[in-house]
Amino acid sequence: MLDDFFVRAILAGVGLALTTGPLGCFIIWRRMAYFGDTIAHSALLGVALSLLFELNLTIAVFAVAALVSVLLLFLQKRQALSADALLGILSHATLAIGLVMVAFMSWVRIDLIAFLFGDILAVSSTDIALIWGGGLFVLAAMAWLWRPLLASTVNAELAEAEGLRPERARLFFMLLMAVVIAIAMKIVGIMLITSLLIIPAAAARRFSATPEIMAVLASVIGAAAVVGGLFGSLTYDTPSGPSIVVAALILFILSLLPLRRHRAVMQGQGS
Amino acid sequence: MFSPANTKGEPLVSLENVGVLRSGRWLVRGVEFSVSRGEIVTLIGPNGSGKSTSAKAAIGVLKPNEGRVERLAGLKVGYVPQKLAIDWTLPLSVRRLMTLTGPLPERDMRAALEAAGIDHMLDAEVQHLSGGEFQRALMARAIARKPDLLVLDEPVQGVDFSGEIALYDLIKSIRNASGCGILLISHDLHVVMAETDTVICLNGHVCCRGTPEAVSRSPEYVRLFGSRAAQTLAVYSHHHDHTHLPDGRVQHADGTVTDHCHPDDGHHAHGHEHAHAGHEHAHEGHTHAHDHDDHHGHEHSHAHSHSGEGRHA
Repeated sequence: MLDDFFVRAILAGVGLALTTGPLGCFIIWRRMAYFGDTIAHSALLGVALSLLFELNLTIAVFAVAALVSVLLLFLQKRQALSADALLGILSHATLAIGLVMVAFMSWVRIDLIAFLFGDILAVSSTDIALIWGGGLFVLAAMAWLWRPLLASTVNAELAEAEGLRPERARLFFMLLMAVVIAIAMKIVGIMLITSLLIIPAAAARRFSATPEIMAVLASVIGAAAVVGGLFGSLTYDTPSGPSIVVAALILFILSLLPLRRHRAVMQGQGS
Repeated sequence: MFSPANTKGEPLVSLENVGVLRSGRWLVRGVEFSVSRGEIVTLIGPNGSGKSTSAKAAIGVLKPNEGRVERLAGLKVGYVPQKLAIDWTLPLSVRRLMTLTGPLPERDMRAALEAAGIDHMLDAEVQHLSGGEFQRALMARAIARKPDLLVLDEPVQGVDFSGEIALYDLIKSIRNASGCGILLISHDLHVVMAETDTVICLNGHVCCRGTPEAVSRSPEYVRLFGSRAAQTLAVYSHHHDHTHLPDGRVQHADGTVTDHCHPDDGHHAHGHEHAHAGHEHAHEGHTHAHDHDDHHGHEHSHAHSHSGEGRHA
């Protein structure tokens, strides 16, 4: 019963989930969930631009996401508005401009729903190659950035005083986010990308003793959510993107359930 | 005879007429000081007087808008920041905290944790530590990397009085053990370490400087903090259990001479607690409170009896 498209979907989804695990951990450690949302929303502007100028979709989305990231870094330094307000403005402005542009282009007919919520069942072999290639690149870059990123998550000034370069690490991290969002858009869509970043990482927290374990566990949980969600969508004939997110949510809720053994360990530590 | 003034080589870091401007306002201006190897410099001043700003300018975290900051090439800094909030979602044990900014041999990690008195908490999550334990862990992390310059921004915050004394003791022994320079920021005007070689009193600019006794008597200090504060300024001092010889070797209270004075070499043991059980608060006019040469060898009831361990490299 495993059709070709279903195998492709699983390969693509698992590849993406493995990549989003470590990034998602930093998103929650650094409290950047809204940032992830903003970059994801800006992807729609990338879609519109790629249609308008007949550019490669992934590259256009990456370019816009990267531009918005850098713009955010720049505006935050000016400290004219709070980071929160800036994110809100950029998030909805880019989304709205994208929608307006698409509406103006009466000659193209696009499936907006596919961009907003993804269509993992439609991925091609080329897409899979892109996901795994891009994913491996992102994971390698994360390994290289790990120490400065983690140190500056604890305290940026400490990291800088002790010879690491937190600003550079942060810029690279944002660019990696843009890469992942460009890759992920086709699979889970603009609206659901952040959930694939955040929910597996949050579910991994309780079972992790170190940041590194949490990153790996987040990848594993994300992959499990992809597989579970896809089988669920096949069984119940539900949309695949949202089904993956629901599966991740179920795993997160399971992670919150009190486990007797775990609690005993916690108490042992506390005393 | 050890006196920081004599051993001053090239300063590790020196600030010349440094000013930091933010949003059209000078946070500090005209700051001048330097820290040399083996020297403890303490910055004190009211809230918002630019203590942290000056320290951050010294280690290069803040770029000064005027003036010059010179650091020794390849200077290794250990930094304990004033505020450090670790998000609950980040699983971080003390062990992992220790290697945050660079790898560390297991031996150095344990030695530093032991010196800070929290070696039993190696595997505890940092979010579960008390305020004092967390400060100790941060201090252990900073000293484990064997820095040339240790910068401690209000290291005794959230620590009760006895813990405070213990931390100041730790700071002193770090300096004596490693010979690093220490830049200390104190929110606590009442207790300034007598070990401090120079106190710099800041209030947007350097308002006075000198030895702890001199500063506590200076009219600028009294004006800034009031005469009551000046009266209650307690200079925490206690006796030394070893002396640094001019050639760099160390003479211990028990008369032995070693090349270094590592905290774990047995000469220091854990005798600090009783060595200063009755630490003295220097009175005004007590001119010897800061004299390093007064107490060695003869005031120590706990002098160790080392047999046949004259020198070890």
